[in-house]
Amino acid sequence: MTNETILTFNKVSMYFGGVKAIDDLSFEINKNEIVGIIGPNGAGKTTVFNVLSGVYIPTSGDIVFNGKRINNLPAHTIINSGIARTFQNIRLFGKLSVLDNVRTAFYGKTKYSIIDIFLNTRAKLDEEESMRQEAMTLLEAVGLADKADVPAASLPYGEQRRLEIARALACKPDILLLDEPAAGMNPNEIDELNKMIVSIKEKFGLTILLVEHQMRLIMGICERIIVMNFGKSLAMGTPSEIRNHKEVLEAYLGKGRKK
Amino acid sequence: MFSKKIVSLTLLVVVTATLFVINHFQLIGAYYLQIAQYIGIYAIMVLGINLVNGYLGIFSLGHAGIMAVGAYSSALISKFVLTDPVFFPLNIFLGGVFALLAGFLISIPSFKVRGDYLAIITLGFTLIMRSVLQNIEFVGGARGLRNIPSNTNIAWVFIWLVVAIVMVQMFIKSKYGRATLALQQDEIAAELVSVDTKKTKMVVFGFSAFLIGVSGGLLAHLLSFTNPNTFGYAMVSEGLIMVYLGGISSITGSLLGAGLWTLLVEVLRPLGVWRWIIGAVMLIVVMIYRPSGLAGGTELTIENTVSFFKNIKNWFASKTKKSVTSDNDSGK
Repeated sequence: MTNETILTFNKVSMYFGGVKAIDDLSFEINKNEIVGIIGPNGAGKTTVFNVLSGVYIPTSGDIVFNGKRINNLPAHTIINSGIARTFQNIRLFGKLSVLDNVRTAFYGKTKYSIIDIFLNTRAKLDEEESMRQEAMTLLEAVGLADKADVPAASLPYGEQRRLEIARALACKPDILLLDEPAAGMNPNEIDELNKMIVSIKEKFGLTILLVEHQMRLIMGICERIIVMNFGKSLAMGTPSEIRNHKEVLEAYLGKGRKK
Repeated sequence: MFSKKIVSLTLLVVVTATLFVINHFQLIGAYYLQIAQYIGIYAIMVLGINLVNGYLGIFSLGHAGIMAVGAYSSALISKFVLTDPVFFPLNIFLGGVFALLAGFLISIPSFKVRGDYLAIITLGFTLIMRSVLQNIEFVGGARGLRNIPSNTNIAWVFIWLVVAIVMVQMFIKSKYGRATLALQQDEIAAELVSVDTKKTKMVVFGFSAFLIGVSGGLLAHLLSFTNPNTFGYAMVSEGLIMVYLGGISSITGSLLGAGLWTLLVEVLRPLGVWRWIIGAVMLIVVMIYRPSGLAGGTELTIENTVSFFKNIKNWFASKTKKSVTSDNDSGK
């Protein structure tokens, strides 16, 4: 493997009072990998995302992304440096149109200033136009181009999930964090989602980290899996290794009766 | 598109020139002119308030204090520094700039505090501003500042109003506008799609304060007198009533609110104190049936008007259809 590391968790801990949501967690993610994080409820999977995207500042440890230490930076700076995410419970801007939801995410990459806005300069108009086109390209990639002017809240559930992905892609990330993208989907929809995730990964040259309960998705596309339990990593490895890992089976199914 | 621009520009010039003429030869009674100027000035203020309380969705009560900053600073400049009437627009602008700085100041607590607590802090700003002005002898203390050159006229109010409307429209359609609306919907999600929420809040508070400050300056130069009590609880509540009556997150709503409320207060003048009760009842009724105000969240454009009438037509069509079917039912 000649892959270079894009993201490193170095002994990261996140405590909420006495609760150890993440406890001394270390792992590395390589470029252009799809890595899944699984684990029972409350294992700290979403907290990993929250710490990574700057919602929380970790209690201790280092998060290194593209060679830079990023824990302590404000969230929008982290996002601008190349990390984008979706949410477990969808968090779109419901009253804004589908197109505006995507365009909002260009904020960090837009260059024109406040003066440009009020003088309506060429620079602003050109940038707005190219932003609109880019947003439409992204919407086409997730199959929502024909609903660009509809308020986001009026989309059906599955389309809202896809819009979240399009919005995250608009941040132009190197690494994309997907928090339970398949929640509430049926097997057919999951297969479609599988294809979409792989295709956007190829198209935008992404590294993907995803938290998921749906084994159909995890086992289908992940190259590596990290299993978490009680804030610690229980196991790491390829899907087939994880499937037969003794401790993982115990965490999910409980210990067998002692003889 | 190009011709549309030219048409609207000529229209603007013609209207402004007409207003200057009207003002110069006093073609309209002074009383009506005064009311028209009040409406224009309040409309600028309401646009400003709407940016924070409507578009950004942060409940702030700082507008009276900010208006005081704009009124006093532009009045002082007109009185002592740039006394020539030629500088009048510049003085109003400078008043807006001072108010903008005050706006930056009250945006800082909004980074950490929200909801009721922020409302209290911003109300505190208004009251502190009033007390400070009451106690500075240089600006007249509680008696107020007198002999401000009365440079405001209907044409200038109109020009500033147009400038305010165009600025707000451009702002809302820019990256900051989208960030503002996103922030209103979900602050954490906005931050996590690369929106610098602190900067956005500061920019919106600053811009809002600029407009409110401009309206304050115009008001001071209209009455040629200003005192601290003008910018107390009454101004806080009147500003809010105009915003929520007309409609939040809407330019049309801001104009509607300012116009309706100012006219209402004048028309009901014979009722004395009772008119405040009628105004309040009206506000309650609007809040019950249209919680976001009369024009909340929409704008008066040609397309919207067309679709509005289409909707009414469809509604009537569905009504008549229903009545026909129910007739058939009873027939059976």
